[in-house]
Amino acid sequence: MADLAAMARIRAFEEKVRELRLAGEIVGSVHLCIGQEAGPVGACSVLEPRDALFATYRGHGWALARGVPAEAMFAELLGRASGLNAGRGGSAYFTAPEYGFNGENSIVGGGAPLAVGAALAARVDGSGRVAVAVFGDGAVNQGAVHEALNMAGAFRLPVVFVCENNGYSELTPIAAMVADPELWHRAAAYGMPGRRVDANDPSVVRVATAEAVQRARGADGPTFLELMTERLVGHYIGDAEQYRRPGEVDAARAREPLVRLHDALAAQGVSDAELTGIVSRARAEIEQAAGRALAAPPADATSAREHIYA
Amino acid sequence: MPRLNYAGAVNAALAQLLASDPRVLVYGEDVAVPGGVFGVTRGLRKAYGPDRVFDTPISEAAILGSAVGAALMGCRPIVEIMWIDFSLVALDQIVNQAANARYVSCGRAPTPIVIRTQQGNAPGACAQHSQSLEAFFLHTPGIRVVMPRTPQDAYDAVLTAAHVDDPVLVIENRALYLEEKVDISLREHPRPMGWHHRRRGGEDLTVVTWGAITHRVLQAAGQLADQGIDVDVLEMPWLDPFDTAAVADSVGRTGRLAVVHEANRTGGFGAEVVAGLVEAGVRLDHPPVRIATPDVRVPAAPVLADALIPSVEAIAHGLRGAIRERAGAR
Repeated sequence: MADLAAMARIRAFEEKVRELRLAGEIVGSVHLCIGQEAGPVGACSVLEPRDALFATYRGHGWALARGVPAEAMFAELLGRASGLNAGRGGSAYFTAPEYGFNGENSIVGGGAPLAVGAALAARVDGSGRVAVAVFGDGAVNQGAVHEALNMAGAFRLPVVFVCENNGYSELTPIAAMVADPELWHRAAAYGMPGRRVDANDPSVVRVATAEAVQRARGADGPTFLELMTERLVGHYIGDAEQYRRPGEVDAARAREPLVRLHDALAAQGVSDAELTGIVSRARAEIEQAAGRALAAPPADATSAREHIYA
Repeated sequence: MPRLNYAGAVNAALAQLLASDPRVLVYGEDVAVPGGVFGVTRGLRKAYGPDRVFDTPISEAAILGSAVGAALMGCRPIVEIMWIDFSLVALDQIVNQAANARYVSCGRAPTPIVIRTQQGNAPGACAQHSQSLEAFFLHTPGIRVVMPRTPQDAYDAVLTAAHVDDPVLVIENRALYLEEKVDISLREHPRPMGWHHRRRGGEDLTVVTWGAITHRVLQAAGQLADQGIDVDVLEMPWLDPFDTAAVADSVGRTGRLAVVHEANRTGGFGAEVVAGLVEAGVRLDHPPVRIATPDVRVPAAPVLADALIPSVEAIAHGLRGAIRERAGAR
């Protein structure tokens, strides 16, 4: 039930973002995670506040799952002074270190070396921290990701590499861009366990992540998880998605994580009213958060030059 | 006062930092067990342990990116990029990651990292081991840049850089590492950023310079002094922050400005120094002069490289050009 509530909350957030983007309240490129909610919900449920998570520009779900307040995120998207980053980050560069959410990243694969550094720090600061590097399938073809995987493997650092494989590296099928589309196979070359995970089920993601986190915390080194997921929307809002196969998205809608968990809970005997209630409560909370953010004053133009140096 | 050469001075600063702050890490390619390809980090691993001083894969993105990540967690990493040319394979981690973190987080995620590297031509070095790239980084808001030339400045630059709560690029020069030992003060408390040195006093011309080429500038200025031309030589180790006021003050007296750097001319920091002076409204009696390597790749053969990188003679010639009118008026 908690998983359904958390996923419904992310879904409601992303749908509201889409509405606000299409209405012109939000400007710029926005990358939604609709269909991919089970990954962040499952994985973050086994992380602790001391852990550090580095996400991608498709990171709204990861931020929410780490506990970042929805209102501050809306305010950031809307360029408000009360935004998470006072308007400096925007959709693709949320940063909230106080929630163990150490940043989205607009550079594909750019966050993986940062996670390695957070793990290096854990080696000397006694925190017991685990670092989580989230990246998409396209990022496995970035040099920085390989450098990060190798260094983490060579030094047996406490990192969990989470590759969200939604089948598309931006607008291009990942299968066409690699010789071996089973991306988890790459883990072996870096001396770490790798596995494919059904990321349409948050409990499966939870179990896999818990195992990886336990290894990392126990000084047994990094793990590579390939979360098999599907994005039900374009790469960005406005993407015409002409690269999709006919019927592909409709088929994905039938097995997407919210539908699947809803049906599973119903089969277990959870009443329709209860299930509907979870979703409508999530929507109501998100609506209120968006409403408060919309009412907030814009970012302070006189602050634009602040915080460039200490 | 110990007598140290440039490499020894950098080593002493790193040792002082490792000893005084457990958050300091020193790492990079070949820095730990081998002690650095130039021997600069020799002995540090043994003294401070393999968790704080360690070798890395040949992975500049992982070195620089992990430094950012470690800094975000409260460490004070000091990483080495063996040649500044190699930073180009990982520019993303410096420009897109390190330089952005503080700004985007409104100061909640500072990245106090020191990137030690070295640059410049030395005999036989190829085009991928010879560049002078300070302007690349000076164009990036969020990063400090210092280019020490003397052992004392090298010690002070590393010490100061490690105490700054922002990314600082310390650009050393391998041709200087093994120059003669001199007495240096191993101060414990860092100097504030931004210092400069008046290496000669003069009223005929202001010369602004930095890095290893300062040696040649001083020789050229000596030659001019023999001819009765007195040059005010300002050596500016700190390029960001840069003390434009100090330059303006000197030019206010001399009315003439030359900037000398080893980096090539177009888009070099010399252009910025000249522009800053003009914008400051300082009156110039003669058009400013930039003395720099022409816009050419750097060839390996010394005879070719010497034809491009300003020699003492070329600098002296350029400086005389910068005061020609005044000399003629006498």
